[in-house]
Amino acid sequence: MPQLKVHVDPDKCQGHARCKAVAPELFEFDAYGNAHEIGDGVVPSGLEDKAYLARANCPEFAIEVIEE
Amino acid sequence: MTVRLSNPERNQLKKPPKEAVMSEDTSPLPQHPPVTDWINDFDHTDPKWTENPFPIWDEMRNASPVVHTDRFLGCYMPTTYEAVRAIANDTEHFSSRRVLVRDERPEIKNANAAPPITSDPPVHKPAKQLLLPPFTPAAVEKLEPRMRAICNELIDEFITEGRCDAAARYTKHVPVRTIAHMLGIPEKDGDLFIKWIHAILELGIKNESALLQAVDEMTEYFAAEIEKRRTHPTDDLISYLMNAKLPNGAPLEDAHVTGSLRLLLIAGIDTTWSAIGASLWHLAKTPEDRKRLAADPSLMPTAIEELLRAYSPVTMAREVMKETVVSGCPVKPGNMVLLSFPTANRDPAVFPDAEKVVLDRKENRHAAFGLGIHRCVGSNLARMEMTVAIEEWLKRIPEFRLDPDGEVTWSQGTVRGPRQLPMLF
Repeated sequence: MPQLKVHVDPDKCQGHARCKAVAPELFEFDAYGNAHEIGDGVVPSGLEDKAYLARANCPEFAIEVIEE
Repeated sequence: MTVRLSNPERNQLKKPPKEAVMSEDTSPLPQHPPVTDWINDFDHTDPKWTENPFPIWDEMRNASPVVHTDRFLGCYMPTTYEAVRAIANDTEHFSSRRVLVRDERPEIKNANAAPPITSDPPVHKPAKQLLLPPFTPAAVEKLEPRMRAICNELIDEFITEGRCDAAARYTKHVPVRTIAHMLGIPEKDGDLFIKWIHAILELGIKNESALLQAVDEMTEYFAAEIEKRRTHPTDDLISYLMNAKLPNGAPLEDAHVTGSLRLLLIAGIDTTWSAIGASLWHLAKTPEDRKRLAADPSLMPTAIEELLRAYSPVTMAREVMKETVVSGCPVKPGNMVLLSFPTANRDPAVFPDAEKVVLDRKENRHAAFGLGIHRCVGSNLARMEMTVAIEEWLKRIPEFRLDPDGEVTWSQGTVRGPRQLPMLF
């Protein structure tokens, strides 16, 4: 299985906060409530489904799941 | 509020005196001709739309991704998720300077009427950033204990009666008391807020003087609250705004503070009242969903998102500034746009079984809080209020149904939700 990384496009994120609700292990917020990936965005083993679920729930299509 | 179309006085009273408008909750509104052609002559104030808009939206969407009406001095409506999203993200061709579709389009005197909702780039971003910190998930979480207490205080007042109008006695008061708590103003002033909001969002569509008087009263009320805090600072949201600084280091003018407060009140109450009410209405009439949610609280996060999708209360507006094309449809300046996030959320191209409420829907990128730079600043607060209000209700009143002898009525226009919701339990 390929290694996954998540990335939030800061120009697209509007702070709907859906990604952290779905995958709190992968995303966090800044002081304005806008999201970014935790650390380098590497998805720990076992959280792959949550990464794709976060992408599917973002109303701004701001989340990318990268297969490396 | 219920619009009584049978009232024969309605056509004659196009401009009632201010006093009459503000003192009576059932002020007559000018009547629009009934809609017979939803594709070419739609009207979001038509009683059929108010009662059951979903088949109307499907009919419009099946006809075209963008439809037009000559009513409201000319207005488009995108009917697909794609078209709604395209317009919400296009601040070059579509302005937010008018955010309500109304009969009249009076000249804009104050370009900063209610920042940031009425602002366009580049003014929008700094105004929005001022408001964001008090509404982050972490900030909102601190309000949860008070919110749960508010819900239980309300339930205590009617639970022994075995019946209640849940809209009048519960769903309305949750956001009113929550926002009063945040602003640091007396919860008992909530009745005033509700009167103003009704005048602005419902009467205001067809009655300019009702809208202006409510805005004046709100401005006066908040000016007095600001004055009090100059000598006695507090740690509430009003003081937060008074102390906030723009990116250039300048404090906000009083007009900006009162404008923001008006916005928080208008945007924060009717909307959440509607979302909680529509959710309870759904659960009351759908016993299998009610039982399932009461038995399995772990469903709550997806259930809340699904209820937000299926019964999104808020429709916004834009004004066309430059000619463009949306989903293949030409769009011309001089028209308004009814930006119906609720319609986008019923688009089967994006949501399989869009007409069904699926409490465990996993993939749900609904647009209930808008899309693009104008994403609802209070979305985290609204979600928390909905979750807490429904959880506390289900804990105390797990068995409930609509009262067959009562009538459910829905608000008209921009925000849709039950205004009368008779329940038995």
